[in-house]
Amino acid sequence: MTRKPDVLIVGAGIVGAACAFELANAGLRVAVVEERFTAAGATGASMGHVVVMDDSEAQFSLTHYSQTLWEELHGELPPSVGFERCGTIWVAADEEEMAEVRRKCAYYRERRVHAEILDPQALQQAEPHLRVPLAGGLLVDGDSVVYPPAAASYLLERAVASGASLHIGKAVMTLANGSARLADGTTLSAGVLINAAGKFSPKLTPGIQVKPRKGHLVITDRYPGTVRHQLVELGYLKSAHSLTSDSVAFNIQPRKTGQLLIGSSRQSDVEHDDVESAILSRMLHRAFEYLPAIASYSGIRIWTGFRPASPDKLPLIGLWPEDQTLYIATGHEGLGITTSLATGKLICAQILGQPAAIPAEPYLPSRQFVTEAHA
Amino acid sequence: MDSVIQRNFDVAVIGAGPAGIAAAVAAAESGARVALLDDNPAPGGQIWRGGAKSSHHSQAGHWLDRLSNSSVSVLAGTRVFYAHNGALEAESDDSLWQILYGKLILATGARELFLPFPGWTLPNVVGAGGIQAMVKSGLPINGKRVVLAGTGPLLLAVAAYLSEHGANVLCICEQASFSQLCAFAPALAAFPSKLIEAAQLRFRSRRAPYIMNAWPVAAFGKERLQSVQVSENQRCREIECDYLACGFHLVPNLELARALDCRVTNGFVEVNEFQETSQPGIYCAGEPTGIGGLEPAIVEGRIAGYAASGNLNSAKQLLATRVRYKKVVNAMKKAFALRPELATLAKSDTLLCRCEDISFEDARKHASWRAAKLHSRCGMGPCQGRVCGAAAEFLFGWTIDSSRPPIFPVRCSSLAASSLPSSPAQRHGGSQ
Amino acid sequence: MLETLTVRVNGSPVNVPAGSTVAVAVLLSTGACRTSVSGQPRAPLCGMGTCFECRVEINGRQHRRSCQVVCEADMEIKAHG
Repeated sequence: MTRKPDVLIVGAGIVGAACAFELANAGLRVAVVEERFTAAGATGASMGHVVVMDDSEAQFSLTHYSQTLWEELHGELPPSVGFERCGTIWVAADEEEMAEVRRKCAYYRERRVHAEILDPQALQQAEPHLRVPLAGGLLVDGDSVVYPPAAASYLLERAVASGASLHIGKAVMTLANGSARLADGTTLSAGVLINAAGKFSPKLTPGIQVKPRKGHLVITDRYPGTVRHQLVELGYLKSAHSLTSDSVAFNIQPRKTGQLLIGSSRQSDVEHDDVESAILSRMLHRAFEYLPAIASYSGIRIWTGFRPASPDKLPLIGLWPEDQTLYIATGHEGLGITTSLATGKLICAQILGQPAAIPAEPYLPSRQFVTEAHA
Repeated sequence: MDSVIQRNFDVAVIGAGPAGIAAAVAAAESGARVALLDDNPAPGGQIWRGGAKSSHHSQAGHWLDRLSNSSVSVLAGTRVFYAHNGALEAESDDSLWQILYGKLILATGARELFLPFPGWTLPNVVGAGGIQAMVKSGLPINGKRVVLAGTGPLLLAVAAYLSEHGANVLCICEQASFSQLCAFAPALAAFPSKLIEAAQLRFRSRRAPYIMNAWPVAAFGKERLQSVQVSENQRCREIECDYLACGFHLVPNLELARALDCRVTNGFVEVNEFQETSQPGIYCAGEPTGIGGLEPAIVEGRIAGYAASGNLNSAKQLLATRVRYKKVVNAMKKAFALRPELATLAKSDTLLCRCEDISFEDARKHASWRAAKLHSRCGMGPCQGRVCGAAAEFLFGWTIDSSRPPIFPVRCSSLAASSLPSSPAQRHGGSQ
Repeated sequence: MLETLTVRVNGSPVNVPAGSTVAVAVLLSTGACRTSVSGQPRAPLCGMGTCFECRVEINGRQHRRSCQVVCEADMEIKAHG
């Protein structure tokens, strides 16, 4: 590297990749530094569900915006990225959940997201392998799935094609005041730094309130036609809500290959990446409740990953108050893949001092200094 | 849903090949309550597949008889998918087995190293041990034309077996050169029984030309194999045949040992003189400790079985025998080392990963096995990298070093019923 | 021992010696067990349960390794080769 880059990004996960993609496209000189390899962290473990969520206006705004960006991009994505607009069906097990379905439908429709309520018959037609009886569901057909490692790779390739440089296998020890000191003793300087290091971000920037939330996933052998949409139980929202307790929620994804990706689980305060039987068992049993057929399916692999979670369920996207050269792009919890592209746009807009398509305030890291941290 | 069966044993032996059978018998005869698990329909492993009648080795009958006359609980058709801290989990057709053990003996054997070359995915391109297993499992071979290719005494053994079952073994292509094999001869002279065995095998396969400096370059055919292109002394010739059986060394099955954090050095499980691994209470015998074939497997199995059941006196009596066998094994490795040309057979569009149809070129561009898996999806299929990973180690020098449960695909219901541990510490009962 | 038994592979009866594996029955019938991701016909490679090329559906259950399953009379085998 001869001239100092404008931006140095730490982390070649989907968020770092999306930032590199946007910034390089905007004509900035970008360097990405990654300790292991592209998508080695949460990105490589994640499901790759691109989904519009309604937990809060801010979450809706970010996921919806980002989903439109995925739509705009999808035509140029190579087959390896496996982009498929299979849609999501939020599954309701009882009348209480159906009430939630109706509320959700209204919410989405008000904001011009296409959603359709499915009664039990329509649900069964849409997904014949779901158990009966169920109360119904909500089909959001604009949602999609991608294969996250390939997506991150693609975004980085595009960034490199626009002049970005990639430094793989380099660990960053300190990141502050316009420079990054690497483990090998060298120092890289840049106009601006971005901490997109996922669960490692607090190590680089002490004070970031991001904690790892462990998840388990199981992938099966090929059973094409079992499931057509990403299926998520409404209880998922409760599971994603709670910051402390361990929880599971039915969440299954059909891959283009015909394999089924079975999730989901959440645990806080666990650092080791071992597969844990108790929660795995709960997760699988929950899945069998909705899709009894998969109990006899061949499970090929189990793995775990750590979602970087912030206390208020919104990511940190923006300047770090203590260091005018340092931007933070992390804390996306289970929505990293979905909101990666929007994160890139927001960061780019902030660095260039330009207006963004959506308000950036809810995601600014400075909010972590204003209010008391929640447990 | 499946039934869950829970049992307690003093010693659990995983793998019912010669090492596992010898270990189980030794432990049972020393008074332990023993379980012997294997995912094949019957004990015997590869070498003794099909039982005493289908094996040329007189020992097969002896050991299989001893096994059936012993108190060992044989659980055939039962696939172990994880073990930890005194408990193992295995799946059979309709049940999940949860077995508590005092001591564990890993006798998981070896599988063939498959080296990719154009056409290697055609039906009827098989392993050398593979074709023998298939014939023992009922595949008619009488009158079929077979080309054997690869390296080592296994080729002779398979050629002999196939010939005796009526196959027309067109040739045996040994990739090692004559001079390389000559270097081995003095070492072998110290073990006349080995020389005699080799001569016997050669006699039994005498109708098949034995060609050194020869290896397969490509396989051709439409829906199945029709012919093989072989390089012989720098010249290629095409041979029409029904089967191409390749045997390029054996790869130890280390998945369970790795999942249990047993130390693996230079590609084999480290064991002490009593076959105990770096994890106390876990023993390992046979091919995973070093590829050596039948004799070392039986001795090591016996040592492990005696040691695991507390019968150290009987174990000690076998130590000297084991040491001698290890020297033969080392000499063999050098004699039949794989030549570098074998790493260049694959073209860029030759498949490396057969489960996911990933090409050599798409896998190779990555810096490590982990990156290749994630990005090319090589090794992400049901074989969990058993075929492509072993090939990648030879072709690219990658290290395939981690292993996670389930070490074989099993039903999701089995995964749900299992009791995998919660932490690395719990994996080893608190001791690290 | 010349006992034989009959299984069905893709609906057609196949006669095999008793003790044969399902893989052998499929090889005698269709010659291939499965079709790969890119459309290639595949048959057993390793014969010992490690390569997964021999996967077929047996009595309704998919992805069974046929080289490790012994034929039983009237087994329904579906090989997508």
